[in-house]
Amino acid sequence: MRLKPAAIGRRCALPVAWGAVVILFGSIESSTFLTAANFQTIFGSQTVLVVVTLGLLIPLTAGDYDLSVGSVVSLSAMVVALLNVDHGWAIGWAILAGVLSGAAVGLANGALVALLGLDSFVATLGSSAFVAGVVLWISGSRTVGGVSQDLVNPVIVRQLLGIPLGFYYGFALCLVLWYVLEYTPAGRRLLFVGRGRSVSRLSGVRVERVRLAAFLASGTISGVAGVLYAGTTGGADPSSGATFLLPAFAAAFLGATSIVPGRFNPWGSIVAVYFLVTGITGLQLLGVESFVQQLFYGGALVVALALSRLVDGRQADNLEG
Amino acid sequence: MSAAPAALVARHVSKRFGSVTALDDASLTVLAAEVHGLAGENGSGKSTLIRILAGYHAPGPGGELEVSGRPVRLPLRPGDSRALGLRFVHQDLGLIPSLSVVENLRITDLAVRRGWRISWAQERRRARETFARFGVELDPGARVADLRPAERALLAILRAVDAMRPGQGLLVLDEPTAFLPKADVEKLFALVRGLRAAGASVLLVSHDLDEVEKIADHVTVLRDGRTVGTVAATEARRGQVVQLVVGGRLGAPVARRRSHTGEKIVASIEQLSGEPVHDLSLDLVGGQVLGLTGLIGSGFEEVPYLLFGARRARDGRLTLAARSYDLAGMTPDRALRAGVALLPADRLRDGCVGSLPVADNVTLPVLDRYAARLHLDRGRLLSDAAALLTAFDVRPGDPRLPYRALSGGNQQKALLAKWLHSRPPLLLLDEPTHGVDVGARQQIFALIRRAVEDGSAVLCSSSDYEQLEAICDRVLVFSGGRIVHELAGEEVTKERIAESNAVSPPRDRGSRPTRAS
Repeated sequence: MRLKPAAIGRRCALPVAWGAVVILFGSIESSTFLTAANFQTIFGSQTVLVVVTLGLLIPLTAGDYDLSVGSVVSLSAMVVALLNVDHGWAIGWAILAGVLSGAAVGLANGALVALLGLDSFVATLGSSAFVAGVVLWISGSRTVGGVSQDLVNPVIVRQLLGIPLGFYYGFALCLVLWYVLEYTPAGRRLLFVGRGRSVSRLSGVRVERVRLAAFLASGTISGVAGVLYAGTTGGADPSSGATFLLPAFAAAFLGATSIVPGRFNPWGSIVAVYFLVTGITGLQLLGVESFVQQLFYGGALVVALALSRLVDGRQADNLEG
Repeated sequence: MSAAPAALVARHVSKRFGSVTALDDASLTVLAAEVHGLAGENGSGKSTLIRILAGYHAPGPGGELEVSGRPVRLPLRPGDSRALGLRFVHQDLGLIPSLSVVENLRITDLAVRRGWRISWAQERRRARETFARFGVELDPGARVADLRPAERALLAILRAVDAMRPGQGLLVLDEPTAFLPKADVEKLFALVRGLRAAGASVLLVSHDLDEVEKIADHVTVLRDGRTVGTVAATEARRGQVVQLVVGGRLGAPVARRRSHTGEKIVASIEQLSGEPVHDLSLDLVGGQVLGLTGLIGSGFEEVPYLLFGARRARDGRLTLAARSYDLAGMTPDRALRAGVALLPADRLRDGCVGSLPVADNVTLPVLDRYAARLHLDRGRLLSDAAALLTAFDVRPGDPRLPYRALSGGNQQKALLAKWLHSRPPLLLLDEPTHGVDVGARQQIFALIRRAVEDGSAVLCSSSDYEQLEAICDRVLVFSGGRIVHELAGEEVTKERIAESNAVSPPRDRGSRPTRAS
């Protein structure tokens, strides 16, 4: 299909905006911003956010919210740290347990939403608080450090082309997710379930199973993000997982305005993550205080929603009359 | 009485939706203090006209409206009709089931009220006074969900009436009797007569010509968006109104084969029950189209969904291709695997996803055919979809366009392509040409005919009599969840169907189990 210039413009709007931000800060703060070290930080520090965002995309595509992804990051990281540090488990088994704890939360969310028919927003709001409580309980509200170097090395210490390996894990997951969403029957079904429950059901798609699987996937992937968090920081603390929730939503919705406009899509989300982080890093280099992070993420989420509503509204108008 | 100006005069009202003309220079005059019937087939423009009066739709240029003798500018905005003294009770009644009678009664009032305190004791007292004034027995504290259908209808009407100035205004009732048993219809009519006696006018939109004739002073008939006549109900023989409703429309019906002997039974339905269908049994013969019709709410429109498992049946069995299925445990997924396909009436809610490409929509039920290990063969999917669109004459035939970019007729053809290309032994259709222009309609009839000739058994529920005449070999007329008339062969004409529908059948619901074959 040949694209009209306007459509190409929409697809590329976010990458172009990212480029503009780079040029802007580059011209103001060239001595500190345009350095290899700065870009290594930008790319290397956001693996956990990238992975959480990618996990979140799956239920969002199926038309459900998952507000528990942040708490699951805390849970999984804490499970890894406690089992490895306090109980002396081998790191491999601790990682497996961390991922499984995320999967268990995802399965519970899926059961509440798909099988009992609860509203996903409220159900995962509840499960998120519940999981946060569990994390405080099992950790005794303390930070656990000293996770095995066997986890820390392959995430943050070892580098390829000057960027920590963790970055490439997020990139690989994005590749897999893009393939699954775009080129498998499962991905098509997920999309149809999100866009038209009734259409899907009447076309023979087992809607409840698809929604359950979506929650299971996002729980599991958030579990993986928790493992990466433990690897990045060398430990776990009971609350910082929650700080990923809003940025992940902002990146997912902002990403849905670009690359494949109107659809939650992995590449758009990754670009959105780095766009947001670049902006925040640049502002911080200019000496703006740290509250800018909140302003940026919150503002981006609302702007992204408004943008996509404007685009949709225009399409709907064209069809009337 | 000639001194009193007409309650409502509408002239030259037109409305187009995209390429479909819903109203074409229609007119309507409702006199002061009269009950006026508005009749016509589905799609004749009744609802569009009502929605224009209610301010939901803006009419095309040239329309004129007078209310109580004063000219009013079109289009109306949503609050305007209320200020003019027009009140509407739509078919869905607009009640909130989980709230109480008095809360529902005051809902519009509360929406505009400025004060800050509600005295519920006082509201209940006022509600009781209103009910007493109209001789209706309702408990203000009852939950609407617990009321009988007739009580709900009365409540909705009283809510509209309560806000009218006494002896003035126009109350519009859209199919108010559709869900009501006979005795309750009388109760409702008594209320309408009371309003007329008090000086208000009532516009009654109804399929049921029998009922219209019983209560209306005049009847206006719409057909294809035009006003084809207004007759005094006293002199209106039913035949005359039926003639007006059906008309001598153009468009030769597709040639049919009738009187099949020795065709084999493809599917049998036994003792299907599920709200509101009671104990329905019928056989479907290969190479035939069986039509189901009746008034809205009579149950005919639920049968396809109950058979497909889209709505849960209480009981019943379906036998298809020598296998038997329990209908109480049917799901769309199982129905599809059994060889049943359903073409739902609401294309964009149940049929296809408007924002996704046509190719993805039409291949959704057979997606697994394009799965090679972990991969989806998009190239083959697109070329198959393109071939399918050509075969079903969907224009434009680009499978990558979003579904909603197609016109109504082409959307419907694409939907047929989605379901027919897998050659289901049993095809269920619900209003297959709803909102489709005349040309596409004939093409859709031809496509259905082709499926039949390939040996599918087809069941089509519709309230469009011309459509039933054009494609059906046999038509079953429903009332109260049961079959009350059966028309076959040469009897399948729109006049006969309209007549069977207009004659209110006995509604005492005898215990006779329905069997048609």
